[in-house]
Amino acid sequence: MAERFQLFFKHFAEYGGYKNILLGLRNTLVIAVCGLIIGIVIGTLIACVQLAGKRNKAAKVFSVAGEVYTAIFRGTPIIVQLLIFHYIIFSGTGINSLLEAVIVFGLNSGAYVAEIMRGGIASVDAGQLEAGRTLGLSYTTSMIKIVFPQAIKNVIPTLGNELIALTKDTSVAGYVATMDLNAAFTAIAGATYDFMVPYIMLALVYLVLVAAMTVLIKLTERRLKKSDKK
Amino acid sequence: MTKNKKHKFIKTQVTPVEPYDPSAMLEAQNLIKKFGDLNVLNGINEKIYAGEKIAIIGPSGSGKSTFLRCLNVLEDPTDGYVFFNGNNLCDLAVDINIQRRKMGMVYQQFNLFNNMTVLKNITLAPVHIGLSDLKKIKFKNAGARFLNLFRKNKKPLIPVEKTAKQIKAEAEENAMRLLKRIGLEDKANVYPSTLSGGQRQRIAIVRALAMNPEVMLFDEPTSALDPEMVGEVLNLIKELADDGMTMVIVTHEMSFAREVATRVLFMDEGKILEEGAPENIFNSPQNPRLKEFLSKVL
Ligand SMILES: Nc1ncnc2c1ncn2[C@@H]1O[C@H](COP(=O)(O)OP(=O)(O)OP(=O)(O)O)[C@@H](O)[C@H]1O
Ligand SMILES: [Mg+2]
Repeated sequence: MAERFQLFFKHFAEYGGYKNILLGLRNTLVIAVCGLIIGIVIGTLIACVQLAGKRNKAAKVFSVAGEVYTAIFRGTPIIVQLLIFHYIIFSGTGINSLLEAVIVFGLNSGAYVAEIMRGGIASVDAGQLEAGRTLGLSYTTSMIKIVFPQAIKNVIPTLGNELIALTKDTSVAGYVATMDLNAAFTAIAGATYDFMVPYIMLALVYLVLVAAMTVLIKLTERRLKKSDKK
Repeated sequence: MTKNKKHKFIKTQVTPVEPYDPSAMLEAQNLIKKFGDLNVLNGINEKIYAGEKIAIIGPSGSGKSTFLRCLNVLEDPTDGYVFFNGNNLCDLAVDINIQRRKMGMVYQQFNLFNNMTVLKNITLAPVHIGLSDLKKIKFKNAGARFLNLFRKNKKPLIPVEKTAKQIKAEAEENAMRLLKRIGLEDKANVYPSTLSGGQRQRIAIVRALAMNPEVMLFDEPTSALDPEMVGEVLNLIKELADDGMTMVIVTHEMSFAREVATRVLFMDEGKILEEGAPENIFNSPQNPRLKEFLSKVL
């Protein structure tokens, strides 16, 4: 048992395993965070277009396009999306594999965030919009000044969960040659012919990452709650 | 529907519009509202004159709220028209946002903006409207100034009366004056979630007043309140009535309706079945449905 750990740490420290792991950690975080940011942009756009589609016939076309988009990205596994982008859409473009993973995770997350945003807007009491409209503010102004700020507050915990889900999902990025955490530990496993220690370590790293994110989310949540109770 | 914007109505049918009564502030003509197959308003004709205090009474589900909400087109009427100071509110060429600024509305559930302090709740609309008007003027002036470069006869610029700072300061001053009036000036910087129902409703009323409305629409303003808070809200409404505000109040408080209203409307099944001075409605009701209703609530 002890030798196994020794072997692992030897590879970790002496044969440059830590370099891969640091790179993998960085890539995992880059994919998750940038993916979420792209996801928020796409998701908010889709949610807004769907709101507009309810009031405007021309926007209805975009709203349906948004629905198709959501159905496709939520209806297929992320790993299949990665493979399709890698071997079909980006094939021959020589695109950086990290960028590729960021794009696919962003597109995928956009579909989920669209649902989150839609739910967040729906969670704001209809009376809030009505009160804005009765004061003579336009629909758009009322949404921007009154509804969206409350919706964003409502969705921040859910977006935090989305970040956690993305972080764990990045473990499949290795399939398209991105050095993520999983790939870094798998490399050590392959070199030492020992799978137990590297994968237990990998699990621990993910656990610590997710725990740190959970604490951050809780803190943000508490801050937001406080601001309403002055 | 014709292409002409002037005749583009919310509903598909374009009946010739009867002449509205220019002496009425608010006029509903043949107002019909359906939710799917449900007929909620079945042809309401009503004129409301400046200075009147109208109380609307009637059983639950009779369409009182829907009627009130049609008056400022928060609900689009299925058919019929609403005129406010001679403007047809069902005509899409009429800017409803401008008309609504002169019609205050107060809800059963207060609907204060949860994400804003009390002061911000009151100043949001006046400041936003003031600033966007200012922006429009500045934009027009910039255009005029540019075109004046090529003009022989220079066009005069639109005078800018107030700066953005002044608009904000004035709105805040006005809000503080209103808060002082209801004795809540110390609550200016707190969020609505920390206030009692009675305080929230009085602030909601004051928020509507900050727009200097010509008419106030109240939809059961005290129904969501604990009994001990009903009085403070009714007193404020009474004060407004004494100041001469035109108002339409949907209420289940019969004694309040009797005391404050100049005219009472009794609604049932989407129609106004009887109307008149409060003494007549409460002391000598004619319609059997009204008699039955009063026997239950009085
Ligand atoms: N948005 C809506 N969609 C469908 N049905 C509605 C809608 N709003 C109201 N209704 C229905 O219209 C009818 C009249 O409702 P309304 O709220 O105008 O009654 P009300 O007289 O105000 O009753 P209450 O005294 O209970 O407030 C009810 O049957 C109600 O269920
Ligand atoms: Mg009602």
